[in-house]
Amino acid sequence: MLTFLLRRLVSAVSVIFLTLIASFSLFYLAPTDPAGVVCGPRCTPQRLAEIEKTLRVHDPVITQFTGYVKGLFVGRDYTTGGVTQECSAPCLGYSFTLGQPVTKLIANALPVTVSIVLGAAFFYLLIGIMAGTLSARVRGTMLDRVVVAGTLTLSSIPYFVVALISALFVAGVILPGSEWVPITENPLGWAGGLLAAWVTLGIVNAASYTRYTRASMIESLGEDYVRTARAKGISEKRVVYRHGLRAAVTPVATIFGLDLAGQLAGAVFTETIFGLPGLGRLTIQAFSQYDLPVLMATVLIGAVALVTMNLIVDIVYSILDPRVRLR
Amino acid sequence: MIEEVESTPAVVTKRGPIKVSRDRSKRGERQAGEAPYLLVKDLVVEFPTADGTVRAVQGLSYSLSLGRTLAIVGESGSGKSVSSMAIMGLHDPKSTRISGSIRLGEREIVNMPQESMRKHRGAGAAMIFQDPQSSLHPYFTIGNQIVEAYRAHHNVSKRAARERAVDMLGRVGIPHPRRRLDDYPHQFSGGMRQRAMIAMSLVNDPKLLIADEPTTALDVTVQAQILDLIVDLQQDFGSAVLFITHDLGVVAELADDVLVMYAGRAVEYGTVNDVLGKPLHPYTWGLLESIPAVSGDPARLHPIPGTPPSLLALPTGCSFHPRCEFRTRVPRDLCRQDLPDLEPRTADTGRMSRCHLREPDRVFETDILPRLP
Repeated sequence: MLTFLLRRLVSAVSVIFLTLIASFSLFYLAPTDPAGVVCGPRCTPQRLAEIEKTLRVHDPVITQFTGYVKGLFVGRDYTTGGVTQECSAPCLGYSFTLGQPVTKLIANALPVTVSIVLGAAFFYLLIGIMAGTLSARVRGTMLDRVVVAGTLTLSSIPYFVVALISALFVAGVILPGSEWVPITENPLGWAGGLLAAWVTLGIVNAASYTRYTRASMIESLGEDYVRTARAKGISEKRVVYRHGLRAAVTPVATIFGLDLAGQLAGAVFTETIFGLPGLGRLTIQAFSQYDLPVLMATVLIGAVALVTMNLIVDIVYSILDPRVRLR
Repeated sequence: MIEEVESTPAVVTKRGPIKVSRDRSKRGERQAGEAPYLLVKDLVVEFPTADGTVRAVQGLSYSLSLGRTLAIVGESGSGKSVSSMAIMGLHDPKSTRISGSIRLGEREIVNMPQESMRKHRGAGAAMIFQDPQSSLHPYFTIGNQIVEAYRAHHNVSKRAARERAVDMLGRVGIPHPRRRLDDYPHQFSGGMRQRAMIAMSLVNDPKLLIADEPTTALDVTVQAQILDLIVDLQQDFGSAVLFITHDLGVVAELADDVLVMYAGRAVEYGTVNDVLGKPLHPYTWGLLESIPAVSGDPARLHPIPGTPPSLLALPTGCSFHPRCEFRTRVPRDLCRQDLPDLEPRTADTGRMSRCHLREPDRVFETDILPRLP
């Protein structure tokens, strides 16, 4: 177990580092003009030169990269117009567009995204696994067909359409209006403000999870060991949930881990449509303003989330299935 | 108990020639006159599908007393497993039509309410399956699975159930049972897994044990051990054993009586000595001929021509007639026209066969016996 963790940690760090290099070079090579963006439309050549100096755009690319990496671990300073901004570690750069260190922007946005994503996960796992199990048990009946057709319909409507409809007709009408209240300030307000986003993201994902669970459950209910369980004379409920579902959730857990990683990098549509200041909305804003430091930070967070969730999935897998040994 | 019996039929199998080695006749006498524990009468099992009705079992009748072993023999699709699953009540009532009667002791299994059926499963009758690898749940320890089986029928503490599980694992010959209790199935070898499976099925002292090809998935050296174990345990527990197999060597080794099934019907029934020594049905002859001999000439292998019929559209008359080389000896194309009854063939009770052929014992001696190795 320890060697497994060490080995995986080394590979995780190298993956993240490679992502870092890739995103850095991508933005470096891209035809963007960071100094021009910072300078604004009424820019004097003198001011532009000053900004270029601050941003060190003329430094060799290696120097720029090492400066960035150094900032991640020990912090660095930015000087604009004679004012020095201290950016302490982990320094993800400084957003001149928003006039704030990127780390601070991320620190503000991350709790919003985590709240949305985990809250929604609670809904879709609960609904998806319950509906999927039910559907598998009554396979071939009218109820099963309704569930299958319903989930298929819901999955085939583009997500932003569902989210828009929900934001217009559900949030603030049936459910409380959508807003961001930190949980530390007012837990009830936090839950209320996020409820509409949770339900929307939850229901749409529940459709997929219902189908995953149904397929996995149909397979596990057909296994020999489920027949053995039934032959022992235990109750049907125990056969289905303890023996069938126990085996069926393992593949679902894998999908969930990877889904979660993707969502943690930013629930773009949900945040934008429901007006919640999370990572997704931050990314979209950064895109439209060529805010490179912010974009690089979000790419980095995406990579970290994916690598971490992969590791967690593997560990959870070994807990769920005793045959899996972590080596 | 174990002694050589005169004039036993020699059956040649993968393990070489096997003789019917246990003295069945004495046990038979001891059991004579006792009411059978399992009584199957006119059992019909059908699966309605989109393509038509699959007639898996059609009018099967047989009986089995405590302490005796009945082997049901046949190819895949002959209905041997389906009929046994019906005894366990393991068919999904939504997709299966079952009629006729299965009496187990005092209780009628067919159309039994769900809750009574649950209580009957595992306690009144228990089942060992073919592949212990897939039949044990990979996520639970062996002990956990046995404890669950015991507590499904006994209102005891977990600790008491664990003691019972240790005891059972010891009885089926698993070394250090207390230590192995918390192992997962994948930590057991194939033979040990099947032993654990047997321990689990016997934990509630069932009066009937159904073994559905319990040695097919095991390697040959382990097969013999598992068969011996089943025989020994049967003597300890005094239960009736229904043994489903297509291996006639296994049949010779442990069965008292044999029921040969073809396409959902019984075609021959009798004691093991009769059925293996003087078989009366062409299908049984085919089964005997298709056993490969260890030292024999491979060219001597005579498989039964053709394939088993589709259960969706059975042949008219005798289901076996398209594959039967003797149907020309029956006049007026009777085999194609008319389904023969399962009739008593000798004066003593119980010897039955479903065939139009006249004097099948003579045909066996003149046509089949010389071909056997």
